Amino acid sequence: MKIHEYQAKELLRKFGIPIPEGEVVENPSDAAEAAGKIGKKVVVKAQIHAGGRGKGGGIKLADSKEDAEMRASEIIGMNLVTHQTGPEGKLVRKVLIEEALQVDKELYLGMVIDRENSRVAVIASQEGGMEIEVVAAESPEKIIRVSVDPRVGMQPFQARKIAFGLNLPKKLMREGTRFILNLYKLFINLDASLAEINPLVITKDERLLAADAKINFDDNSLYRHEDILQLRDVNEEEPTEVKASEHKLSYVKLDGNVGCMVNGAGLAMATMDIIKLHGSMPANFLDVGGAASSERVEQAFRILMSDENVKAVLINIFGGIVRCDRVANGVVEAAKRLDIRVPIVVRLAGTNSEIAAEILKNSGLTFTVAKDLDDAAKKAVEAVK
Amino acid sequence: MSILVDDKTRVVVQGITGSEGTFHSKKMIEYGTKIVAGVTPGKGGQVHEGVPVFNTVEEAVRETDADTSAIFVPPPFAADAIMEAADAGIKLIVCISEGIPTLDMVKAITFIQGKDVRLIGPNCPGIITPGKCKIGIMPGLIHEPGKIGVISRSGTLTYEAVDQLTKEGLGESTCIGLGGDPIIGTRFVDALRLFKDDPQTEGVVMIGEIGGSDEEKAAEYIKNEFNKPVVAFIAGRTAPPGKRMGHAGAIIAGGKGTAKEKIETLRSCGVTVAESPAEIGKTMKKVLKQ
Repeated sequence: MKIHEYQAKELLRKFGIPIPEGEVVENPSDAAEAAGKIGKKVVVKAQIHAGGRGKGGGIKLADSKEDAEMRASEIIGMNLVTHQTGPEGKLVRKVLIEEALQVDKELYLGMVIDRENSRVAVIASQEGGMEIEVVAAESPEKIIRVSVDPRVGMQPFQARKIAFGLNLPKKLMREGTRFILNLYKLFINLDASLAEINPLVITKDERLLAADAKINFDDNSLYRHEDILQLRDVNEEEPTEVKASEHKLSYVKLDGNVGCMVNGAGLAMATMDIIKLHGSMPANFLDVGGAASSERVEQAFRILMSDENVKAVLINIFGGIVRCDRVANGVVEAAKRLDIRVPIVVRLAGTNSEIAAEILKNSGLTFTVAKDLDDAAKKAVEAVK
Repeated sequence: MSILVDDKTRVVVQGITGSEGTFHSKKMIEYGTKIVAGVTPGKGGQVHEGVPVFNTVEEAVRETDADTSAIFVPPPFAADAIMEAADAGIKLIVCISEGIPTLDMVKAITFIQGKDVRLIGPNCPGIITPGKCKIGIMPGLIHEPGKIGVISRSGTLTYEAVDQLTKEGLGESTCIGLGGDPIIGTRFVDALRLFKDDPQTEGVVMIGEIGGSDEEKAAEYIKNEFNKPVVAFIAGRTAPPGKRMGHAGAIIAGGKGTAKEKIETLRSCGVTVAESPAEIGKTMKKVLKQ
């Protein structure tokens, strides 16, 4: 789960990590007021769940309250396009009004799950303000890495290694190590999956601050973080995906026109792949999971069909525990109830697949029954032509 | 011969009295798996589906000599169940549970390191040596004892591949479901090492997907140390970056972990990669003939 910069900064504050003075607002006059309270030059920052906001025109300096109001009126309501939003961009609803920093140095500090080593990894570099993947690719020697032993947590010597590696001025060493240890504490206590401070800034008046903050949370842990769940902004998510998650369906919207309904994430991805192999593009990823009851199938159909691009549906179920005849009944009921007008190609394999084929044949509806995965993909692609 | 599980394996099911545990224990017993004990804290002393239930894994091991555990425990408690099993002297832990918090798994993996135990999963369908032992939720009927080792991050896509291998007359020696999570106990390289020394296994099918770099590590190992033919299929060529595709571990992050990269790396290391998921069996048959 993602959150906005202003929410991440509030969490940093709670964990004793220094951030610039700032306030989030939703309209230009509040922006003026916030700027007035801060009392110096401010920066007006669009709040969206994507990076690259500056280049896209979503971050602007303002040297007075009136200027802040002007900038806020330009940014709030804008459709901000960045290299991370996709061409359709994101609508900006809020801006963060923050003291403009006199930057001396920009550094990078990040914490992430290192899946290869099954540990939390802490990564830092003096190349702040850049994408860490680029630094890792071009100058890996500039990256300082620490792997934390979960049995004892992050130790002061590890924080010092990072602080010295970042070449922090002597005056800021203690604060720097505290910053790093507190960020680790936040990561562990809140079940984060990523915590990135980029840039970590040393100001000209020798303050150490998180100028930007990106914190992602482990979806599997949200059940034990009600307060983090409250921070979710569904406006930043694809509406069909939000709906799907409400029904506990795993769904990702794509651009194509062949809708897919599959049991199992790997098989669902493979089904998308084989559709492309045969010349069309999948409209979505959808894993109906192990419980393909008729309610679930109907919910899945609803979500699929709410995408207007869908010109044919491919249902691929490999039934192990899931009984194909149950799925077939669910498909027939749903198709009747929802009055589905696009061609439906069905491939059911595994437990009771022959009974299932009979059910589909005798339903009175037109289903194209495929004999295997390849046949199913071919038929689905034919159907959209 | 097969690897890890056979007709001598003695299984304790953690979470046996839950609905998943009950359903799948019945199926495993039907298949011929020797389930000698169950564990549900608080229900020790009961007999469930003909299996004696204990309060702790330690007690179950002491009383029944169970050596392998199948975990069907809800995700908030599953990492703890893994650690309990390892602590009790279980040699092979198969964790089916999906949705375990990532930091819990970081703890559990650390806990079991250095102990004489192997973890398979979590978020996996399990492991099966056809004809001998099934630990997990896979449909037994599509499997046939044979010569191909199967290693997969997926569930139903594995069944698709197994079905093809069986229909091609090749059969399977052992099928290992590694699981769909980013933090797992056994990776491709670990499973390949086991298949290397198994005389029954003549070839290996690897089913990977986007996310992480385990397939690339496997490719390196195959190039340098693995002589049996390997056929791979990598799911997710059409997956967009940055999106979790169902599995917690199936995500292209920071540009890394794409299917394209994995396929290229595997091919450059001598692995035959099937273009279509419908041709995995066919491809293995062809490669074996060469």
